[in-house]
Amino acid sequence: MNGWQTLFYKEVLRFWKVAFQTIAGPVLTAMLYLLIFGHALEDHVKVYDQVSYTAFLVPGLAMMSLLQNAFANSSSSLIMSKVMGNLVFLLLTPLNYWHWFVAYVGASVVRGLVVGLGVFLVALPFAAIGFAAPLWILVFAVMGAALMGVLGLIAGLWAEKFDQLAAFQNFVVMPMTFLSGVFYSIHSLPAFWQAISHFNPFFYMIDGFRYGFFGVSDVSPWLSFSVVGCTLLLVSATCLQLLRTGYKLRH
Amino acid sequence: MPKSARPSREPVVQAAPQLQALDQVSLEIAEGEFFGLLGPNGAGKTTLISILAGLARADRGVVKVLGHDVQSDFAQARRKLGVVPQELVFDPFFNVRELLRIQSGYFGVKNNGAWIDELLESLGLADKATANMRQLSGGMKRRVLVAQALVHKPPVIVLDEPTAGVDVELRQTLWQFVARLNKQGHTVLLTTHYLEEAEALCGRIAMLQRGRLVALDTTSDLLKAASSNVLRFKLDGDLPAALAAQARVTGRVVQLPAHDALEVERHLSAVREAGLIAQDIEIRKADLEDVFLDVMTRGNGGVQ
Repeated sequence: MNGWQTLFYKEVLRFWKVAFQTIAGPVLTAMLYLLIFGHALEDHVKVYDQVSYTAFLVPGLAMMSLLQNAFANSSSSLIMSKVMGNLVFLLLTPLNYWHWFVAYVGASVVRGLVVGLGVFLVALPFAAIGFAAPLWILVFAVMGAALMGVLGLIAGLWAEKFDQLAAFQNFVVMPMTFLSGVFYSIHSLPAFWQAISHFNPFFYMIDGFRYGFFGVSDVSPWLSFSVVGCTLLLVSATCLQLLRTGYKLRH
Repeated sequence: MPKSARPSREPVVQAAPQLQALDQVSLEIAEGEFFGLLGPNGAGKTTLISILAGLARADRGVVKVLGHDVQSDFAQARRKLGVVPQELVFDPFFNVRELLRIQSGYFGVKNNGAWIDELLESLGLADKATANMRQLSGGMKRRVLVAQALVHKPPVIVLDEPTAGVDVELRQTLWQFVARLNKQGHTVLLTTHYLEEAEALCGRIAMLQRGRLVALDTTSDLLKAASSNVLRFKLDGDLPAALAAQARVTGRVVQLPAHDALEVERHLSAVREAGLIAQDIEIRKADLEDVFLDVMTRGNGGVQ
């Protein structure tokens, strides 16, 4: 293995060693959402005619877990190494900013996909779910995980303490994921909130992802693809710039 | 072992306000040297090492490792450098061998098992290879830090206060190992507050004070240039003010620089005139600690 591959491997090994917490935990949480919301709302909410509410919920929950865990992986790994001080071993290596970027984001994508797949597999017995456009499923899963991995990397670079990272997670990531249409279609919202939702990139990730399963969505998957793609490019450019200049890494 | 050109490091000029300023510190270390960097806390030793290692950046000036600029050619420079950081830091997710394998991988070193085994053996870590970092004592963690720094066989080894808070046994293991590496051709840069260690190990020494280079010479010449003798005695009571300024006082023990018999007499008579009695009197050769204190008191002097 060369340098960046080693870092990627180390980042994957890190979450794999604590898989009970990093994979099993999020899957269980998603299951609880599915059981409770699915049971409580099954007969009350109808989003698409041919899709049951529980079935509607499954891709949303899988995507939500995928996004949150992709974010958690890069951000918590980086902040821990910063707080513990062992980031110095990485700073002393010849790895350049692209190596850091690819390795951290790559590991985040792997964790996101593993958790997302876990949620999906466990949820399968509860609802009949189709695969209308499998390629879109894969595209949105990977792009969403990458986007969140990059955001996590930025947050991890910026944060100096665990509580700053928690603030980022609680006040940015959580609201944006919950308000993105995981539990509802944004068409059921008042016009004002519908308009607001259209500025939330998370909405496009989940909507496009869901299209891959049901072949129906609130907006065109191509629009979602464009929005998510542009956002990914934008945050990646920002992140690469921070890494290149050694933001909060090298004085 | 290093065969390439001698490590040359040209002037580091730094005026970054967010860092302790390093003012016209210019050092060159030759291949195979055991070089000591001494100075009180805050003198700029760690800043200098950080710049060398790429952990911090100088505003201006040239810093090179084996001809590779630490900023423009950082990948090559860092391959040549093995840094043992001052802080006792570790990654809690991995065991010792995993960490060393990973660290090798960062440098692109493949199939490093034999060297890793040798490191573990030499540093007395062989039976801890599969122990998680969290289970290790402070001293053991320190050994792992050294192993991590050396895992890519760097020709230049930087040890930033490696023996701070370390027990006698580890110190001996560490110095034996580092001395062996030095004999094999590795260049060593050491910072320490243990001047006895520096005197015993370092061929050449630089002293920093408030970001300035205040002494740079071979250890033997530094010792020669120092006030050649030290008058040492024990005293119950306060030292007369005239002597206190130049004395090194540790509890009851007073040590005063004394060039000749006349000065010895003068010191002792000053004590007598103060109505005190000097006990357990001895005269010894000045050591590096005396030189160090001497240089630091002269303070504002430039390079000797």
